Amino acid sequence: MAKHEIKDLVEWDKRIREKVAEFGLDCFPQEFEICDHSQMLGYMAYSGMPSHYPHWSYGKSYEKLKTLYDHGVSGLPYEMVINSNPAIAYLMRDNTLLLQILTIAHVYGHNDFFKNNFTYRTTRPELTIETFKAHALRVRRYIEDPSIGLEKVEHVLDAAHALQWQCRRNLAIRKIGPAEQIERAVEAARPREDPFKKIHARPEYKEPDLRRVPLEPDEDVLLFIRDHNPYLAEWEKDLLTIVDEEAKYFLPMMETKIMNEGWASYWHHRILESLELDQGLHLEFIIRHNQVVRPIPGQINPYHLGFKIWQDIYRRWTNPTPEEVKRDGPPNKSGTEKIFEVREVERDASFIRRYLTEELMREMDLFEYEQRGDEYVVSKVSDEEGWRKVKETLIKNVGANSIPVIKVEDADFGQNRTLYLKHYHDGRDLHLEYGEKTMSYLQRLWGREVVLETTLDGKRSLLCSNDRGFSVRTLK
Amino acid sequence: MDTIFREYRPSDAERSDRSAGDRLRHRQKVRESIRDNIADIIAEESIIGKDRDRVIKVPLRGIKEYRFVFGDNAGGAGQGEGDTQEGQVVGKAGQQPGKGDDMAGDRPGVDYYETEVTLEELIEIMFEDLELPNLERRALREVLSERSSKRKGYRHVGIRVRLDKRRTAKQRVMRMLAAGRGPRQMAEAAALEGNVAEERRFPFHKDDLRYKHIEIDTREESNAVVICIMDTSGSMDTMKKYLARSFFFLLYQFVSTRYRNVEIVFIAHHTEAREVTEEEFFHKGESGGTFISSGYQKALEIIAERYHPSLWNVYAFHCSDGDNFESDNPAALKAAEELSNLCNLFGYGEIKPLGSRYYESSMLNVFRRIQNPNFHTVLIERKEDIWPSFKAFLAKERAQQD
Repeated sequence: MAKHEIKDLVEWDKRIREKVAEFGLDCFPQEFEICDHSQMLGYMAYSGMPSHYPHWSYGKSYEKLKTLYDHGVSGLPYEMVINSNPAIAYLMRDNTLLLQILTIAHVYGHNDFFKNNFTYRTTRPELTIETFKAHALRVRRYIEDPSIGLEKVEHVLDAAHALQWQCRRNLAIRKIGPAEQIERAVEAARPREDPFKKIHARPEYKEPDLRRVPLEPDEDVLLFIRDHNPYLAEWEKDLLTIVDEEAKYFLPMMETKIMNEGWASYWHHRILESLELDQGLHLEFIIRHNQVVRPIPGQINPYHLGFKIWQDIYRRWTNPTPEEVKRDGPPNKSGTEKIFEVREVERDASFIRRYLTEELMREMDLFEYEQRGDEYVVSKVSDEEGWRKVKETLIKNVGANSIPVIKVEDADFGQNRTLYLKHYHDGRDLHLEYGEKTMSYLQRLWGREVVLETTLDGKRSLLCSNDRGFSVRTLK
Repeated sequence: MDTIFREYRPSDAERSDRSAGDRLRHRQKVRESIRDNIADIIAEESIIGKDRDRVIKVPLRGIKEYRFVFGDNAGGAGQGEGDTQEGQVVGKAGQQPGKGDDMAGDRPGVDYYETEVTLEELIEIMFEDLELPNLERRALREVLSERSSKRKGYRHVGIRVRLDKRRTAKQRVMRMLAAGRGPRQMAEAAALEGNVAEERRFPFHKDDLRYKHIEIDTREESNAVVICIMDTSGSMDTMKKYLARSFFFLLYQFVSTRYRNVEIVFIAHHTEAREVTEEEFFHKGESGGTFISSGYQKALEIIAERYHPSLWNVYAFHCSDGDNFESDNPAALKAAEELSNLCNLFGYGEIKPLGSRYYESSMLNVFRRIQNPNFHTVLIERKEDIWPSFKAFLAKERAQQD
């Protein structure tokens, strides 16, 4: 190591952990591993996991990262931390001492967030490493099995990866099982209690169609296929399970990118400010910190946006301006209480909706753009008239909101075992080229014709993929 | 519980290159993807007579990872520098101003749309695609450069490896004697003055250096010219272009293995013929009728002007879909005969994708009347035909030599 030794880091870590405890952050035990840049690239390609099942897409991602790194287009992150108990983080060997200190503080922020934010409740962090390792072992076993082999495993994994994110978004909401679904359908079909039924005509009783599969639209596309395609072999079902489990593990990170990075940046900032660094280190800290949380013109830097909102919440609950008191009333709890509450109960979409104020949006000069011809043009800016629209668009693009909502509606469409899905259109059309390819993957897994109902240019349309190929039909 | 710090472990055993297998598989997929599209790539690339190390950008299909994503009308949000106005342009489509982190589930984004391969690799893949036998493949790939050279005199300047040590040493001795510092002269001087010479060293001077001079020997009979003639009238689609280009390419490679100085001429014709560059050759498509004779006349003209058969070995090949004007046939036949008299080898290849030859006219019947042994016609219906017909074409050359 260049200028600092492990014992320096241990020393600094001790001081940082004192601060962590003092500020009331609540962390998993922490482990740090020192790695060099090529190891870091390796970890990045596999989302930080020490073991992961093989697939060519990770090779592709490695090559891409390496090309970008070698050509100096993008640097490497100073740190990488995974949501597990104990939390594992990687520190780059070539970082300066200050960067290591900043990173360690940053990592504790993430660690606290993983442990306390509600979206991570379903990720079972104490089993993370073992789960991924078990997945890797199972997939490797299928690859080595002479009756299966790499080609077939890849065939299924390619298709499963394409549909990986077509799953339930809010994992905190319990999924309703088939028995309960039947109950609900029967309940819904029962005529409502009518106090004036004596004078009203008797409502016609419509029998609920309980043979329909699924009874209620199902968002977990991979799991639905696993459970309802009788021709899948056990190992194929297992692959679908593995891919689905990984998606659900990573989903909370996607859903809280802005909060999580903002939270970690907010705390490394507060911790380092309280450490009484000497002047040289402090100067470097200011430079590095501003690099991390700088705004990137034309884009949204999650570090910047998150950091700004957290700071703003703390300020509004600690030291609100008279106008804010007039508008929102005096704060009912301290700034610290408030931010700890928010970090527990929000996700990016709700975080932005509730805590990104008009003033902050104007200060950050947020805007909305749309494509006109082959250019992106600003369509709304955060002025009095436009800020709500800008905020709406921003929320539409964070976390899982950037993935189309597609649900399985009918597994036996036209009594033909055709899989009928519906895209819940929210003003944004599907990308057709990508749609076509993904439909063919869907067909591959389902083994029969698949149909997707969507809206294209304002018209209800059906995308069909079957043995004759892909077609788009517009419905009247 | 205490925080654990794990030390950096530099040893190879502890940090295996875990992504190696997946990278290998990815590269295989890239190669497969190139192979699947080799016809399109070759049809669009100039490969004949080009440097083998040239890097070509090849568009890729099939290794993108597809998902359901939003299309063009999705829009997004971004952050400005403080004075953003409505209507301001913030980016070009495809570059995504609002692209966040590269988390899965994002927009299509910039993916690997193309990769770079060297011409060498591309040719290798093409050979695989055409199913060339291995032995022949090597013969064609390695262009023998037996350019001979001979020694011609000596020079005062040159490169180190050509230093002639013997001559250089001789020069030094001569200079030493001329300066009166030879051993005998020194002995005499010593005897005369009665003291020992104070300075015995006599170093080389740069005037002493002598270098062998080598001249490259060009022999006139090793000149060859490949004349590629193509009918650009009809619809030369991608497949036809691929077939034609690979045939011309093989011919060029073959001729290059046998002659030191190979030139190449492209003639495109419909009712008139023009000499063109390789790019134009494969990209020009003109509608209208066809006079095959026009192409042959142009070839004859060029041979007369620049490549006299007494100094040049002429190889000519003509690709066409065989659709000639009835009235031009006698003229074409006559020109073809004339051309085959001048050429070492003259070939006519009719490219007709499978099935179409039954209802289109063909020149094969017309050319059947040519008796010259160095004239050869081939019919190419699909890419598997290229190699057998190329071999049949070359068999003529071998027969001539025997």
